[in-house]
Amino acid sequence: MQTIYKDVLIIGAGLAGERAAAEAAGAGLTAVCLSIVPARRSHSAAAMGGMQAALANSVMGEGDSTDVHFADTVKGSDWGCDQEVARLFADTAPVEMRCLCDWGVPWNRVVPGKSKYFKGGKQFDKEEKEEKRGLITARNFGGTAKWRTCYVSDGTGHSVLYTMDNRCAQLGVEVHDKVEAIAFIQDGETCYGAIARSLRSGELIAYVSKATMVASGGFGKIYKASTNAVICDGGVHGAVLDTGVVPLGNMEAVQFHPTGIVPTDILVTEGCRGDGGTLLDVNEERFMHIYEPDKAELASRDVVARWMTYHMREGKGVPSPYGEHLWLDIRHLGEKHITGKLREVYEICTSFLGVDPIHQLIPVRPTQHYSMGGVRTNKDGAAYGLKGLFAAGEASCWDMHGFNRLGGNSLAETVVAGGIVGRKIVEFLETYECSIPTAVISQTAAKQQQRISDIVSGKNGNENVYRIREAMQDALDKGAHVFRTEEGLTKCINTLQKTLQRAREVGLQTDGCGASPELSAALKIEGQVKLALCVAYGALQRKESRGSHNREDYPARNDRDWLTRTLAYWKNPDDDLPTLEYEDATPSYEIPPGDRGYGKMQIISADSKEDS
Amino acid sequence: MGRQLKFNIFRFNPQNPESVPHMESFSLDETDSMTLFIALNRIREEQDGSLQFDFCCRAGICGSCAMVINGRPGLACHTKTKDLDPEITLTPLPVFKLVGDLSVDTGTWFRSMYNKVESWIHTDKEFDQSAIEDPMENDIAESIYELDRCIECGCCVAACGTARLRDDFMGATALNRLGRFIIDPRDKRSDREYFDVIGSDEGIFGCMGLLACEDVCPKNLPLMNQLSYLRRKMGIVAIKQMFTK
Ligand SMILES: Cc1cc2nc3c(=O)[nH]c(=O)nc-3n(C[C@H](O)[C@H](O)[C@H](O)COP(=O)(O)OP(=O)(O)OC[C@H]3O[C@@H](n4cnc5c(N)ncnc54)[C@H](O)[C@@H]3O)c2cc1C
Ligand code: SF4
Ligand code: SF4
Ligand code: FES
Repeated sequence: MQTIYKDVLIIGAGLAGERAAAEAAGAGLTAVCLSIVPARRSHSAAAMGGMQAALANSVMGEGDSTDVHFADTVKGSDWGCDQEVARLFADTAPVEMRCLCDWGVPWNRVVPGKSKYFKGGKQFDKEEKEEKRGLITARNFGGTAKWRTCYVSDGTGHSVLYTMDNRCAQLGVEVHDKVEAIAFIQDGETCYGAIARSLRSGELIAYVSKATMVASGGFGKIYKASTNAVICDGGVHGAVLDTGVVPLGNMEAVQFHPTGIVPTDILVTEGCRGDGGTLLDVNEERFMHIYEPDKAELASRDVVARWMTYHMREGKGVPSPYGEHLWLDIRHLGEKHITGKLREVYEICTSFLGVDPIHQLIPVRPTQHYSMGGVRTNKDGAAYGLKGLFAAGEASCWDMHGFNRLGGNSLAETVVAGGIVGRKIVEFLETYECSIPTAVISQTAAKQQQRISDIVSGKNGNENVYRIREAMQDALDKGAHVFRTEEGLTKCINTLQKTLQRAREVGLQTDGCGASPELSAALKIEGQVKLALCVAYGALQRKESRGSHNREDYPARNDRDWLTRTLAYWKNPDDDLPTLEYEDATPSYEIPPGDRGYGKMQIISADSKEDS
Repeated sequence: MGRQLKFNIFRFNPQNPESVPHMESFSLDETDSMTLFIALNRIREEQDGSLQFDFCCRAGICGSCAMVINGRPGLACHTKTKDLDPEITLTPLPVFKLVGDLSVDTGTWFRSMYNKVESWIHTDKEFDQSAIEDPMENDIAESIYELDRCIECGCCVAACGTARLRDDFMGATALNRLGRFIIDPRDKRSDREYFDVIGSDEGIFGCMGLLACEDVCPKNLPLMNQLSYLRRKMGIVAIKQMFTK
C-alpha cells in the first residue's frame, strides 16, 4: 500500500476544499485535495444563480450592509443558526468576492444608465450610477432585503470553481482525482488522515497528515429524487459517523426545492413561477390557490413544496414510470419570454426531457436540494470530537444556515468558510506537533482491506447493494420528506433499521476487480443507511416545525423547547440507532428570536419557559 | 414508445489480466424521456454491476459523461434515446487514457494542459483586503465568460485529427483557454509570452483547421473564431520575431 504524507489532507476539491487548500499552500504548507472526479467537475460547478455578499454597488443594493446580510441570514435560518458564525460570514463575504475578482473571476459588472427589470411579472425601471461603473454588480434572489447576489452570467459556480482550481494549480496544490476516501485514520482522540481507494486501480492508499479537512459536499443522494450530482452520496459522512466520536449536526434539516424535473431531477429555476408559471395536477387544474389563497404559486420554497406533496397524497399526482409528479405550466408566457428570459429552462426541457415548454407541460416534483446538516464544527471549523479534524462547505454544520439556507448563501459559504478554516488550520499547525502512530495507520488499512475482501467474497451475505440503496431512498422519500409525522417517521425508521441489517450483509454480484463501481457502492452503503437514520430519527425527536423541518403533528415553531441543535453520534458500530444529544442553537444572540416575516406560523416563545 | 433498445458497449478492464477489449450487448425497454444516463445506470444496476462509466451532474454542466455515441463524441447525459436508432453503439473517448469500459482519464490530461498554458492570471498585484476591486467593463467580463464556459469534456480533443496523431498537441480547448487570458486585462502576459506557449506545432500551428472540434462542442464554444484569431495573432508575432532576430 502506498502511503502519502502531507501537512494538510483535504477530502474534497470543490470550492470549500480548494479555497482552504489555497490558504494552506499560500502559507507554505503541503496540501493535497482528494476528489472522486476531476476537481472542476465537483458539484460547485453546477450552481448557476450566484453568491451573496453585501457589496452594495448596484442601485438596487443601495443601503445594503453586512448587518442587513446578517439579519437576512438569521431570519432565513428560522433562528436555528449560530449567530456568531453568521456574523463572521456576512462580514467576510465582500472581502472574499473581491479576492476572487483578483484571482480571475469574470464577475458581471455595473453598467451605468437606465435598464428594465421584472418583478412579479411586472416591468420596472432602474438607473445605475456612473460612479459605480465596472464594479461587481448583483442580482435579486429570494429571502434577501437587497439585491446582493454576485454572479457570472448563468455559470457562477463554474467560473468561480475554474478560477479557484487555476489558483490551486498556480500554488502547487495537488489534486488526486478518482480517489475516494473510505475511512479516517484516528484513535478516538486525534485524526491522522484517511484511507482512500483509487478509482483507477482499486488499490488502497494511506494519506497521512497533521490536519485533515472534510469538504466533501452534500449527501442529497441518500434521497432518490435530488438535484445533487450523483457523487453527493454522503460516503465521507458515513466514515465520520464511523469514528464514533464526531457528531453530525442538525441532520433533520434538509431543504426541498419545488421544481425538480422528472425523471432526472434537474432543477428548473424558481423564476418560472416568479414570472407567472402555474402548477397543475393530474386533471390539469391549478391547486396552489386552494391552499394559499394570497400567494398561490409564489409562496416560499418550503411552503410550495409542502402543498405539492399534500396534493399528490390526495391522489392528484400524475402517474409515470418514474413515480408521481405534477405539472409546471409556462405555456401562457409565450415563446418570446420562454426562449428569452427563461432560456436555461427552455434548454433543460428540450435537451433532457424532449419536452417543448412553449407547447407542453413540464413534469416536476419537490426534490431534495440542500443539506443544512453535516459534520459539526466550532466557529473555527474544527470538528467536535477529534483533534486535527476540520470541515467546511456543504459537508459541514458550521452553522450559518440553521434550518433553512437562503439561495446564494451556500456558494458564498464555501469560499468564506474555506478561507477562514484554511487560515485556522495554518494557525493550528504553527504550534501543533503530533507523533504519527504507525500502528493506527496499518490497523485501519488492514481493517478496510478485510472489509473489502469480505464484501467481495460474500462472507457477510449476498444482499444486492443497488436494491438496498433503493430501499433506503424509498424509505426517506416516503417518510422523511417535506412533511413529517410521528407515524410516517416511525415507519421510515423501522424500514431503515431493516435496511441497515441488509446493508451489513451486502455482497457483490460481480468480481469487484479494479475500479469496480459495485464495490464502491457496497463500501459506503452501511454508512449511508446510518446517515438516513440520523435524518429520520432526528426528525422524529424534533417535535416542532422550523424552517425546512415540518411536523404536521407539531406545526408551531417551539422556541421554548427546541431552540437547539441536534448532535447525532454513532457511538457503537453495531447500534441500530444514532445517539442524539442537543446543544444551544447559538452561544449568544445579536437578534432575539422573532417572526421571519414570511411563511406564517405559530411560535411558542422562548420566554414562556421562564413564565412556567 | 415501447421500443426494445440494443446497446453495444465497449468492455475492457485493464486491471484484470484476463480481460480483453471486446464489444458486449445489452437490451433494455425504452421508457419516456429516457437518456443515456438513465439507460446506462439501469444496465449497471440490473444487468452488470461491473460496467464502468462516468456521470456526475447528469445535467450537461460538468463534462464527466463524454463518450463516443454511434461514432460521434458527445455528452451521454444530454442524449435522449428517442433521438437514436434502437441499436446504440457506445465506446470510450479516444486520445485519453482508458480507465475501464467507457471511463477515461480526462483529469490528468486537462491538468497537464492547464499547467502547460499556465491557466491562471499572471500579475504582480497582491490582493489588498481593504481596497475595492479594480473596475472592468461588463462587456469584457461577459466576453471572458463566453470563453470560460468550456466544461473540459474532451469531445473536441477526441474529435481532433491532430490530437489523435500527436500526443503533445494541445487541442482547441487549450487554445480557447489561452484566449480567455489574452482578452483578460488582469493578465499581464505579452504576446511574446503567449507565443512561447502556443506558437509551435504543439499549439496553434499544429491545427489543420478542419473544425471537427467546433462541430462536437456541446457548449457551442466559438472555437473556429478563436483558432483563426490566434493563428493571425501568433502569425504576426512570428513575423516580428523573424525581423528582430
Ligand atoms: C442544482 C444546484 C444549484 C445550486 N445553485 C446554487 C446557487 O445558485 N447559489 C448557491 O449559493 N448555492 C447553490 N447550490 C448549492 C451549492 O452549489 C453547494 O452547496 C456548494 O457548491 C457545495 O460546495 P462544496 O465545496 O461544499 O462541495 P462540492 O462542490 O460538492 O465538492 C465536494 C467534493 O468532495 C469530493 N468528494 C465527495 N466524496 C468524496 C470521497 N469519499 N472521497 C474523496 N472526495 C470526495 C467530490 O469529488 C468533490 O470534489 C446549488 C446546488 C445545486 C444542487
Ligand atoms: S480545427 Fe484544429 S483543433 Fe479543431 S479539430 Fe481540427 S485540427 Fe483539431
Ligand atoms: S471546448 Fe467544448 S468540446 Fe472542448 S472540452 Fe470545452 S466544452 Fe468540451
Ligand atoms: S454528467 Fe455532467 S455533463 Fe453529463
